[in-house]
Formats: sequence, structure tokens, C-alpha cells
Amino acid sequence: MSGRGSGIALKAAVLVVVLFLHIPFLVIVLYSFNGDRGQSWPITNWTTQWFGAAFDNSGLRDAVALSVEAAVGATVIAVTLGTLASFAVHRFHFFGRETISFILVLPLALPGIVTGMALNATINVGGFPFGLFTIIAGHATFCVVVVYNNAIARLRRGSRSLDEASADLGANPIQTFRHITVPLLRGALFAGALLAFALSFDEVIVTTFTAGTQATLPIWILDHLRLPNERPIVNVVAVLIVVVMTIPIFIAQRLSGDDGATLT
Amino acid sequence: MTTTSSATVAMPTGRGPGRRAMAFLHRHRRLQLALFLVLPLGWLGVIYLGSLGVLFISSFWSLNPLTSAIDHTFTLANYQRILSTPVYRVIVLRTATVAAAVTITDVILAFPIAYYMARVARRRTRMILLMLVALPLWSSYLVRVYAWRVILGDNGPLDWAFGSIGLGGVAPGYSDLSMWITFSYLWLPYMILPLYAGFQRLPTSLLEASSDLGARTAFTFRRVVLPMVMPAVVAGSIFTFSLTLGDYIVPQLVSNSQFIGNVVYESQGVANNVPFAAAFATVPVLIMAVYLWAAGRLGALEAL
Repeated sequence: MSGRGSGIALKAAVLVVVLFLHIPFLVIVLYSFNGDRGQSWPITNWTTQWFGAAFDNSGLRDAVALSVEAAVGATVIAVTLGTLASFAVHRFHFFGRETISFILVLPLALPGIVTGMALNATINVGGFPFGLFTIIAGHATFCVVVVYNNAIARLRRGSRSLDEASADLGANPIQTFRHITVPLLRGALFAGALLAFALSFDEVIVTTFTAGTQATLPIWILDHLRLPNERPIVNVVAVLIVVVMTIPIFIAQRLSGDDGATLT
Repeated sequence: MTTTSSATVAMPTGRGPGRRAMAFLHRHRRLQLALFLVLPLGWLGVIYLGSLGVLFISSFWSLNPLTSAIDHTFTLANYQRILSTPVYRVIVLRTATVAAAVTITDVILAFPIAYYMARVARRRTRMILLMLVALPLWSSYLVRVYAWRVILGDNGPLDWAFGSIGLGGVAPGYSDLSMWITFSYLWLPYMILPLYAGFQRLPTSLLEASSDLGARTAFTFRRVVLPMVMPAVVAGSIFTFSLTLGDYIVPQLVSNSQFIGNVVYESQGVANNVPFAAAFATVPVLIMAVYLWAAGRLGALEAL
């Protein structure tokens, strides 16, 4: 809508932002091949030895296992609760319907230490044992909203006429659910589940308040990144996490079509 | 909505069995709704809102100095301590200031790229840019903070870059400035994505009308575009502001300063004083409550 010069300026601004968002990853990738234990730049010795060292680290393997267990548990709960909530909001009109999505987004929208400290106070006051179950409970709470958002977006896009056509053709509600609703929602739920898994796998602030002495993968990294001797392994783990997490997110994005809203 | 349509069919039959069927259906629908809602609302109500309740209540308790056990008698001592200790005021002010600075920075950085994605780029470019913006959001928070710890460190890439252009010693190192950079980087996608959606919703005809009526680009931007994307900006800012407010990892890793979160975490973890930690954790709730209330008045909560 304006001159050629401002068009170039706009493109330059876009490029700067994209570089700003991605150069940090490049730096970490380069450092994972650093032959020195120090972190000084530029890198002079190159090696791949730290990748092997990371796989041999048993503490790290335990942390990965705990993170996977927690993420699976949180995802199962989040998919169940998120789907139910999306059906309720999509199919029914009821008092307080508009506040549902607000309540669901609250654990993500409120500062992490608030959610963390609230859960921590409850676990302490209630005398519950800290561990896998408290980690899952915390993660599930803020994962529900990503499943809900994906499911409700798909439900709103899918037309009701399909349900009605199914009913007109003589299907009972259960048949309609099985043959119309579930296939319609499958992609969105899978995408939501992947995002919930990623969110849980990565979470650290709330987790430090609910894990007790247990170490999930992010907590393991947090404990080790300040130890000079462990830095090379932390670099390698960082790169592996980014690679491993990018794949499901890429799939989730593909599944849910071209609206970026899925990822927020 | 099969149940609704059968209800409307049943309506004309009026009194008698039709009415009873409708009443049953009504009850039935309520029952259905209850079945759908009981688990999600139960979970969030009991575990989340319940925990927030416990947080609030326990902030009025105290720690017995002799036994280190929690004393359940009501006291305002924790809040008095927060208000009367100068260093806590500094920490709260610093946290809120950095959160505000980060939010403003992200708005400025997000505008051009969100505008470009929504209104200039072709479909293919838009898809690629969307991917490039959304991916960092999902590829490990901790790794991204760690990357900046490495970049900003002594003899790190940034230090080296400044040194190589003759500005040795200018690099921010680990400081409040580094925190501002790191947070702005971390939450930038949270601002770009809603703003992109906001620009997409902007009707082209409106911009044309403005220009037909003789408005210059800057004027159209200020009087037409800005008011219309404002809800999107506020929606994004809830995330940039709240996430900064609630973080305590970034201050640990790229600065020597303390945030509200550091005080909360250390009161709970190191000093084992849950009531005081709970009281301090209500400070960001209070700040966010004011923020969300203001955002709600601007009509931005529907855009979340």
C-alpha cells in the first residue's frame, strides 16, 4: 500500500526477526560439536564424542524416562478433559459457558510461579508425597487448554449439517458419534495430544515446585548446566531435545491445517 | 445438534405426553451436559482453583520459629514483611518493569512480521513464516534460555562479535539488559501469532475506504489499523507480561538479579517457609488481576 522503499524495509524487518528467532539454535548446534569443555568463541576443536557420552549417562536416561512417563500421563488426562470440555461448550448453551475457556487458559495465563506455588502449598498442606503423580497433576492442569483449543476449533469448523444428515439418515447419536464426530476430530485430537505432550515434556517452572527430589529432563538440565564439566553433555542434550521436539510439532501443524492458532 | 431439533419437533404437541417428553429431554440434556462437564470442571475446580485457594489461605499462616512447623493461626505478618522490606519492593518493581519493557519490545518487533505474514506474503511464504515463528515456541524453553546464556557469556559469541568490531567490553554479559533480551526473544512468538490473526481479520475494504477518503498511510495506521488490532496486541501482551512476571529461571541464568519468582522459590525450597512463599506468590496474582481486568475492559479476552 506504499512505496518500494518501505516494502524493502518491511522485508528487512521480517528477516531480522526470523534471524533473531533462529540464530540461538544455530549457536547451540555449533557448540554441541565443541571439542573444548570451555564455551569460548570461536570454536577451534570439533568433535562428535559428546553425543556418545550423553547416551551413556545413566542419570540423564532416568530423567528422560521420568519426563516421558509424566508427559504420557498428563497427555492422557488432558485429552480426556479437553475433549469433554470442547463437546460441552460446542453442543450446549449453559450459564457460564463463556467462562469455561477462561478457566481452562488460566493455568497458562497466570504466571508460572503462581501455579507452581499454589500446587506446592496444596501438596505441602495436604501432606501428599511429591513424585510422579504430583508432576502429572500439575502438567495436566495446564495441558487441557491446548487439547481443548484444537478440538473446539475443529468442531466449530465442521458443520452441524453433517450431524443432522446422519440423524436424518437414521443413525442414532452413538452411531453419529462413531462415524461422523470421531473421524472429524481425530486429526485435531492427535495434534492437541502432541502439543500437550510437548508442553509437559518441556515444562520446568511449575515442575520445580511439584517434583520434590525427582528430576525430569528439564530439571536435570537445570541442575547440570552450571557445572563446567557437564556443559558439553548439556549442549548435546539441548540439540537432541530441539530435534526430537520439532518432529511432533511439525506433524501437529500439518494435521491442523493452515491456521497458526493451533499452536497458541 | 440432534437433541435440539427433536426438542423443537416435540414442542407443537403441547400438553400431555409431548410436554412430559420435552421435560424429560430437558432434564436429559442437563444430565448430558453434566456428564460432559463434571470431569474437566472437577479437575480444574478442585486441583487448580482449589490450589489457588490453599495458596491464598496459607499466605495468612506463619512458620513457628522454634519448631519450623506451620502455625495455622491467622496473621498478616507475611504481608507486613513484604511491604516493609525495601529489597522486596525493589524486586517487585524490577520484575514488573522488565515485564513491561519486554512486552513493549515484543509489540514493536511483532508488528512488521505479523503485518507481512497476514497481508503481504503469498500463501506459501506465509506458511513457511508461520512455521518459523511457531516452532521456537515449542522447541524447549530451557534450551532457548540456555542458548542465550551461552551467547551472552564471557568470551561467548556476542562478546567476541563486539570485540571484533573494536567494542570490547560493551557486551551486556549477565545483567538486567541480558534478561530483557532473553525474555523478548522467548515470548516474541506469543505476540506475533495473535497479531497476525488480528491483521488477517482486518477488512481490506476498510483500508481502501480510508485511503479513498484521502488519509495517508501513517494516518490510516494510527486511526484505523491500530484500534482494530489493539485487542490482539492486548491478548499477546497477557502472555508476554505474565510469562515474564512468573519466571525465575531466566534471572538465574542470564543475570545476577532476583525476580519475584526467585524469592518465592527460595522461600519455599531453601527456607522451607511455605506461608511466606505463598504470600509473595499472591503479588503477581494481584498484578495480573489488574492487568486482566484492564484487558477485559478493552475486550481483548475473546481473542485469547
